[in-house]
Amino acid sequence: MEKEKKVNVPYSRCIIPIGPIYPALKEPININVTLDKEKITDVDIRLGYAHRGIEALAQKRNIIQSLYLVERVCGICSHSHGSCYIQTIEEIGGIKPPERAIYIRTIMMELERMHSHMLWLGVTAYGIGFDTFFMYAMRVREKVLDIFEEATGNRVQHSLNTIGGIRADLTPQIISKIQQLLLEVDKTVQFMLDVLNSTTVENRLKGIGILKKEDAEKFCVVGPLARASGVEYDVRTEDPYAAYGDFKDYFSRITSTKGDTYARAEVRTLEIKESGKIIRAILDKLPGGAIKVDGSALKLSRSIREGEAMTRVEAARGELFYYIKTDGKDGFKRVKIRTPTLANVICLKDLLLGLEVADIPVVVASIDPCISCADR
Amino acid sequence: MGKISTRSRLKSPWLFHINSGSCNGCDIEVLATLTPRYDAERFGCSLVGSPRHADILLVTGPVTRQMISRIVRTYKQMPEPKAVVAVGTCAASGGPFKGSYSIEGPIDTILPVDAYVVGCPPRPEAIIKGIIEALTRKFG
Repeated sequence: MEKEKKVNVPYSRCIIPIGPIYPALKEPININVTLDKEKITDVDIRLGYAHRGIEALAQKRNIIQSLYLVERVCGICSHSHGSCYIQTIEEIGGIKPPERAIYIRTIMMELERMHSHMLWLGVTAYGIGFDTFFMYAMRVREKVLDIFEEATGNRVQHSLNTIGGIRADLTPQIISKIQQLLLEVDKTVQFMLDVLNSTTVENRLKGIGILKKEDAEKFCVVGPLARASGVEYDVRTEDPYAAYGDFKDYFSRITSTKGDTYARAEVRTLEIKESGKIIRAILDKLPGGAIKVDGSALKLSRSIREGEAMTRVEAARGELFYYIKTDGKDGFKRVKIRTPTLANVICLKDLLLGLEVADIPVVVASIDPCISCADR
Repeated sequence: MGKISTRSRLKSPWLFHINSGSCNGCDIEVLATLTPRYDAERFGCSLVGSPRHADILLVTGPVTRQMISRIVRTYKQMPEPKAVVAVGTCAASGGPFKGSYSIEGPIDTILPVDAYVVGCPPRPEAIIKGIIEALTRKFG
């Protein structure tokens, strides 16, 4: 028999479009991946499918209406958006909310970080085909949402902020429920770390999607993605806002030097625990008193003069930035929102190059993309 | 044959979910509907990866200009008979984004909608009710 001739045919370049409608990603983003056999040789990212024109809409509306609009930039970190916006407005108007309001805002921010990271762990587990862990993470997350519902009246879009304070107070029953939740969360975090330590998960996550420290600094990535690459940057400690200045010593900045997908999972899991520490410390020192300055929100919003200000907060995904310029007539000249995903999504090309097709969902999920944030 | 397929469709509707530019709030509530606390899978509902397998289309979001052609294409790929459920206030009316230059919705100007689930975001129980409503109206 004639020996089979081995011809080295170069595979023609094959381009696989992923998204905007894709089962593994719940949000509309388009990633065109160029393949050479199984290897990824080029990545082209296209954003803008979820662009709703929020910045332009805000300029047509007044200050109170825009508060509820910017909370709908993102459904997962809506409280961070609302708090960042209201902090900026309060800075322009020179309004000082009472201490209790600021503390409760901070508690809510940390609870939000908890549920966002739990959701992320679930989505990453789903990305590697580990559905059991996805279901587990979602079940634990429901308990955090219960607290939100009881404290603010809504599970996801809890519009808690208002000008000069918050709308709903924490009752002693809710505080005891939060403390109970924190005990459960500690156990959960330990369980999650045990699951991450199993060989199956390690094989899928370790050494994949590495972002070196230099690259992380070059791309200016933020949040847990940067901290997993060894960049020690956290707005909560660098530029304390809300009540973080008083509680600097109660939590530590979680960093890792490895920079792979596994390090990101570890950093986020440990951050859930740190959030618990902050909430415990705040609950211990929660001052009494009013939750809102005197006067109606409408009157306060009309009293805000012409001016401009910027604020940063550390949302669950990283640094969130608001620049606002008011016109002195209860409206805006400009509202600029810079979301963490917009900074993080750029490094996706670097992460995916050289990997295999099966790693795409987990690497894309590992940067925790929130496309509705990035597109606004 | 028709009887059997109608019965199985009522017993086990397969869902496909499209995010047409929503804020994620409704999307995670759709996910919460299918995960342990609310567990719509015990009614036979399952989220499928392809519109060609789906009986019911769940649309969230106010329909941005970029997504409009993709939604129509996805809808055309679904086999008959099919139902559409608009999840969330944005999908039902445009919600807080009404009046924006990049919003082409709401969804009922583009596709025939069988059930509306309002709320910002709607509770998982409400989403299950919306699915049942669409089922009984379309296949029942």
